[in-house]
Amino acid sequence: MGIIEANHISYEYTRRDDEGTVLEITRALDDVSLDVHQGEFISILGGNGSGKSTFAKHINAILFPTEGTLFVDGKNTAEPENTWNIRQEAGMIFQNPDNQIIGNVVEEDVGFGPENMGVPTEEIWERVYEALKTVGMYEYRKHSPNKLSGGQKQRVAIAGVVAMHPKCIIMDEPTAMLDPMGRKEVIRAARALNDVEKVTIILITHYMEEVIYSDRVFVMDQGRIALSGTPKEVFSRVKELEELRLTLPQATLLAEELKKAGLKLPAGILSEDELVRELCALAGRRI
Amino acid sequence: MLRDITLGQYYQTESVIHRLDPRTKITATFFYIISLFLFNRVSVYALAFLFLGSVIALSRVPLSFIFRGMKSIVFLLLVTVVFNLFLTPGYPLISFWRFTITDQGLIIASFTATRLIFLIVGSSLLTLTTTPNNLTDGLERLLNPLKTFRVPVHEVAMMMSIALRFIPILLDETDKIMKAQLSRGADFEHGNLIKRAKNLIPILVPLFVSAFRRANDLALAMEARCYRGGDGRTKMKPLRYQSRDRIAYGILVLYIAGIILAGRFSPI
Repeated sequence: MGIIEANHISYEYTRRDDEGTVLEITRALDDVSLDVHQGEFISILGGNGSGKSTFAKHINAILFPTEGTLFVDGKNTAEPENTWNIRQEAGMIFQNPDNQIIGNVVEEDVGFGPENMGVPTEEIWERVYEALKTVGMYEYRKHSPNKLSGGQKQRVAIAGVVAMHPKCIIMDEPTAMLDPMGRKEVIRAARALNDVEKVTIILITHYMEEVIYSDRVFVMDQGRIALSGTPKEVFSRVKELEELRLTLPQATLLAEELKKAGLKLPAGILSEDELVRELCALAGRRI
Repeated sequence: MLRDITLGQYYQTESVIHRLDPRTKITATFFYIISLFLFNRVSVYALAFLFLGSVIALSRVPLSFIFRGMKSIVFLLLVTVVFNLFLTPGYPLISFWRFTITDQGLIIASFTATRLIFLIVGSSLLTLTTTPNNLTDGLERLLNPLKTFRVPVHEVAMMMSIALRFIPILLDETDKIMKAQLSRGADFEHGNLIKRAKNLIPILVPLFVSAFRRANDLALAMEARCYRGGDGRTKMKPLRYQSRDRIAYGILVLYIAGIILAGRFSPI
């Protein structure tokens, strides 16, 4: 059974005026169904207002579907007695690194989750050290979070979730406020968690470059899943992606232009390395 | 510019006093302050001076650092001394123009001044040797019995520690907003007090908006990490009394006993 099972879920935001009459209903999620298996690295792509963050909040039982059902590790999120179990099993990383760090010292922040779960003191320390080592922030354990860079803060936030030993981590645009260096750090930490610890990762982003390592990609638009498949499959549908106003990775765009100019390149080239390899192979054949 | 503000007045160094449990220090400060108000006798003040002096010596906080904190109360001190000196009835010692200094006035003025100075130095020693976090932790544990009367002790402590974390962030933000408004021609340096206060509005409004947004985000992040109030929580750094705390409590009891004995039985 999958770790996350969304069965036709929809979510509506209702805006009311002071008397409580409904002004407007916005459908943020519209009949979304998807299955995620334990240990997968999933990416959800989409522009602003595509519903990707709303979906993320459903997995953590912060929002509940208006229609349909969502199961996280076999537990229905709509049932209140499951809330805390689900939040422990599906940790969440938010966009702004400053607004999710609670502790005044790095190690205290990482310990916040385990403290809330009622983990005994000695075990908290083991979990904190282990989590900090996983994200490569062990040397900074005594520092104040205010003195860290954006990427480092976000890694501390990841460690804070890892210390709760979740089966699945949802990252809601974790790199949106970071510089390119910080983005690399965070993505590397996420991949390491997936590779080594076999934690299921759901990465929500609008940077296409970040999704090329994932097992499967879902592209969302206006609350629906518009495209899905492996990164190769999704990125070979250049036209549709451009219609959804998503910017493709430069290597993919260049390959597409070259194909139009008559070069016989395969579809769905994702990274620069891959493009170079394919171009060299092509040149070798000609010579 | 705003970054230069230091928060609290914790003085970082290694000392026995620094290592004491915050609860011990809070309790000791509390009883020390009470001891200053029990008696008006020279011997009592001498004992209090001795106690305070040895704690300062043990804490390794430089005297200059301690007295820097005194600057703010110089005015208060002067007012108290002047009023006590001239307005207390008694046997006149010196008279000039309309003022008379009486023997009682002199005694009471000097007692009050000493008491005030001891009070400020004693309580600032607490904040000088205890990190704000430790202080919050200690207060939470000490006030824990109040929970039976439905006082939200844990919540208040949590709020204090979150406030401590966000003060530098909000200061940074203020700095940014100020620069943004300055670059659009805002003027914070000219005009009278009222005008200047009015000019602060374009800083305060965006600051409040962003503070509320941050609070909302933080609440979400805390809930996502299973925070549900103080019940059922364990502590990562639980407070535990060590042998040095027991010794400190012993010394405190001896000191209070000494104060009572001196206050009751010493001639002056």
